[in-house]
Amino acid sequence: MITTLTRIPVVNYSNLKARAGYSIKIDNTEIALFKVTNGKVYALENRSPHPKGGVLSEGLVSGEYVYCPFYDWKISLLDGKVQAPDEGQVRTFKVEREEDIVFIVL
Amino acid sequence: MKKLVMIGNGMAGVRTIEEILKLSPEQFEITIFGQEPYPNYNRIKLSNILQGDTNFDEIIINPLDWYKENRIQLFTGETVVKIDVEAKQVISNQGREVEYDDLIIATGSNSFILPIPGADKIGVTGFRDIQDCEMMIKSAEQYKKAVVIGGGLLGLEAARGLLNLGMKVDVVHLMPHLMERQLDPIASSLLRAELESQGMNFLMEKETIEILGDERVTGLRFKDSSEVEADLVVMAIGIKSNTEVAKNSGIYVNRGIVVNDFMETSVPNAYAVGECAEHREIVYGLVAPLYEQGKVLAERICVGEAKPYAGSVTGTQLKVAGVDLFSAGEIFEDGSTKSIMIYNEYDGIYKRVLTRNNLIVGIVLYGDTKDSTKLFRMLTKKEDISGVSIFQNECSGAGANDDIASMPNDELVCGCNGVTKGAIVEAIQTQGLTTLDQVSHCTNAGRSCGRCKPMVSSILAYTLGDQFDAAAAQKTSICGCTTLSREELMAEIKTKGLTSVKEVMIVLEWNNEEGCTKCRPAINYYLGMIHLDEYKDDRDSRLVNEKMHANIQKDGTYSVVPRMYGGVTTAADLKKIAEVAEKYNVPLVKLTGGQRIGLFGVKKEDLPAMWEELDMPSGYAYGKTLRTVKTCVGAQFCRYGTQDSMALGIELEKKFERLDTPHKVKMGVSACPRNCSEAGIKDIGFVGIDGGWEIYVAGNGGVDLRPGDLLCTVKTQKDVMEMTGAYLQYYRETANYLERTSKWVERVGLDHVKEVLEDEETRRALNERMDQTLKKYIEPWNEAIQNEEIQDKYYTQHTIKVGE
Ligand SMILES: Cc1cc2nc3c(=O)[nH]c(=O)nc-3n(C[C@H](O)[C@H](O)[C@H](O)COP(=O)(O)OP(=O)(O)OC[C@H]3O[C@@H](n4cnc5c(N)ncnc54)[C@H](O)[C@@H]3O)c2cc1C
Ligand code: HEM
Ligand code: SF4
Ligand code: FES
Repeated sequence: MITTLTRIPVVNYSNLKARAGYSIKIDNTEIALFKVTNGKVYALENRSPHPKGGVLSEGLVSGEYVYCPFYDWKISLLDGKVQAPDEGQVRTFKVEREEDIVFIVL
Repeated sequence: MKKLVMIGNGMAGVRTIEEILKLSPEQFEITIFGQEPYPNYNRIKLSNILQGDTNFDEIIINPLDWYKENRIQLFTGETVVKIDVEAKQVISNQGREVEYDDLIIATGSNSFILPIPGADKIGVTGFRDIQDCEMMIKSAEQYKKAVVIGGGLLGLEAARGLLNLGMKVDVVHLMPHLMERQLDPIASSLLRAELESQGMNFLMEKETIEILGDERVTGLRFKDSSEVEADLVVMAIGIKSNTEVAKNSGIYVNRGIVVNDFMETSVPNAYAVGECAEHREIVYGLVAPLYEQGKVLAERICVGEAKPYAGSVTGTQLKVAGVDLFSAGEIFEDGSTKSIMIYNEYDGIYKRVLTRNNLIVGIVLYGDTKDSTKLFRMLTKKEDISGVSIFQNECSGAGANDDIASMPNDELVCGCNGVTKGAIVEAIQTQGLTTLDQVSHCTNAGRSCGRCKPMVSSILAYTLGDQFDAAAAQKTSICGCTTLSREELMAEIKTKGLTSVKEVMIVLEWNNEEGCTKCRPAINYYLGMIHLDEYKDDRDSRLVNEKMHANIQKDGTYSVVPRMYGGVTTAADLKKIAEVAEKYNVPLVKLTGGQRIGLFGVKKEDLPAMWEELDMPSGYAYGKTLRTVKTCVGAQFCRYGTQDSMALGIELEKKFERLDTPHKVKMGVSACPRNCSEAGIKDIGFVGIDGGWEIYVAGNGGVDLRPGDLLCTVKTQKDVMEMTGAYLQYYRETANYLERTSKWVERVGLDHVKEVLEDEETRRALNERMDQTLKKYIEPWNEAIQNEEIQDKYYTQHTIKVGE
């Protein structure tokens, strides 16, 4: 199989509210999309790296971090890294924007 | 899951479990047996308790909640009496048998009690656990004269404590010098002089041979036939590994339970850690090496491979006010050692470093221990000292900040927990910490003996530079984003007239612009409480359940629990619930603990439609608010009933539903003292009696089981409503966010609450604020159904199929 980068339009930027998470399912991948106060949009795999899992889209957003709603882990939206003292990594996706359309690059 | 059993619920064992949970939270089903009737507490701090610096509640390291959260089965007050190593199971003194795949023995040690006549008399104790401590505190209330046997660390700390408790104290020591295993004669004599000036009396080179008295001790007799009076005798001559259960079960024991470099005993799948274990012929009696052992053991058990434990060098400090000393490594010179010394008799400062072949092999510091971390590092890392100035130049006038600037990142700051300067600085910088409390929480530094706290504090000051606020660093702020306490925050909100979460965080200079999961929900609550009906709730500052108006479950599905006021329903409502459950394929329909029906396993995107079809109000089964009012059948049907409990329950639930409270609030109403609604363990419970109602408060049926206290007895249903409104509002205004009523009443005192609520005018004012607050609430499920924006933002699952 050949892997290709696909750019998938997912949502209109103007419909996104700041400090909110959206869950988006692209085929079988669940993605959590966040718009933060400064207007930037980030996409992470919608799954907490905590061993017990759980979604991230409902977490509290603060600056460029989201808190896992189940275990309160603090996760960077920039690189998906779990902040100390906890450890872990969430897969991130590249987000692009053209005019009002937000794309996720898979 | 594999079964892990641990015998002993003490410092080394529980730390090992913490390490295991860190590595592999799902691998084991964990059971812990602890002989003492407490969760794991900080034994080190018993000295501080005796000295009056802290209390029992504050030294709990792992509260019962911690065991719960990590699903650890804990049996306290239960002793394991036998290990069946063939069948792989342990048997407790209560006959409980638990099987294991892996077994950790962490039974610690016992005080060594001299085997002399009279040692079993009343008033003779060791110094090891809370019980010993309580006994000493009690004795001090009644008796005047204490004798401590043993002039080592433990004995001197006990003696200092007893002095603080108002007793006259003699310390009996067998050797000519105090702490002879840690100090050389010079340091030892300085120490003795200091302690004598504090009021301790020393009886040196005395061997106790008998304890005198009838039932209770009255004195001691020494080998030289001299005698001394005593009402209390504390034996602090040493500790003895607690190996009994291991030995009886066929595990190889020498001085301690013998383990190899992986903490394995002579029996497969059985490990030992802590003061009960003997490693390379050493039994350690300080937590730092034990915590290292715990780390190795956790790795061995979880991963299979581990870095072997190679033993530790330990450093000692004495926790007595006014005494500053540190000692590590070798004490005495031999032909191959050279000493470096400073002795300032005038200021009472003495420092000696023992070297061999350009390496530090021993340290004794008295009166000034600020070099201790540096020297200890040089000793443990075997750094070559040629050309290095060992003691800081006294004339340079270098302040604490320079010391910290020049301290290498890998220097150990917290010996107990193995935390380096680098780790502390990193935590402060990356997580925006500003208080000592926060640093301890994030890094473990300071969580044991606490002696590193001044150093951690200096590092905090140094790292924060100008932003450091000394007073603020010491107090408990609401979270790491600010240095403000709850009271200060409330005062600021009121005086500055702040009206939104965002404004609070900006104006009060939160160091984390948009807050965190601790402060944002709290600020949102306080604003709503202060501004009554004028505050617009910030939904995104609520955590997931309250934000979604549904409980999120582990797999990301939600539950729907509609109101069923007072647990009373109708056939029509039941039909509706049944239809909705069927239509949406709800996986579980269950009666909840709160007398109503819950639908569990609902998909997020189905929530609004289900709510619409149910057409019932939200039961708020998820909120920091009134949950349910359980009622008994009462006078309407029950022959014992004296009051209409259902009617009162329904009125209460209708009035106070949706109200934001600091934590969840549950109520119960029974129509007679048989109390079928279990009102005695509710935040507020009502019990009908002839001609009135009893109101019970601060009950709790959860983790901290607590029966309610009688607040008052009133006559009519109207009186009940009035008193309840006032009580709830007073709780709302004075409790910390996330403080249950049971904890709140214990903190402020039941009598205080009674006194406040006695005054009719106060009650009227409280009720007025309550009523105004209640005006603002609207039904959230209905709101979601009506409002597309809310639906899109919170309840939509966007699914995209990529054409293939
Ligand atoms: C007053 C005092 C001051 C101290 N000060 C310091 C200090 O400043 N610095 C320092 O590093 N260390 C200090 N220590 C030592 C430190 O507290 C110990 O090294 C540490 O607590 C040992 O941990 P452990 O888990 O091995 O044993 P423990 O903490 O003693 O835990 C063992 C537990 O196992 C339980 N148990 C035993 N047998 C059984 C059984 N058969 N079934 C069920 N449960 C059982 C015991 O009741 C006990 O609760 C001090 C100790 C005391 C008493
Ligand atoms: C005719 C009289 C009574 C009626 C109608 C009645 C009714 C009930 C009902 C409906 C329950 C709830 C059971 C459930 O959860 O399924 C209950 C529970 C309870 N009843 Fe009664 N009861 C009566 C008499 C008594 C008496 C005489 C006592 C005590 C002396 C008592 C003590 C309790 C207690 C403690 C509970 C709660 C514990 C539990 O449910 O397990 N009841 N009662
Ligand atoms: S509490 Fe009393 S009145 Fe109510 S159901 Fe039970 S027995 Fe009857
Ligand atoms: S050195 Fe003991 S707690 Fe830090």
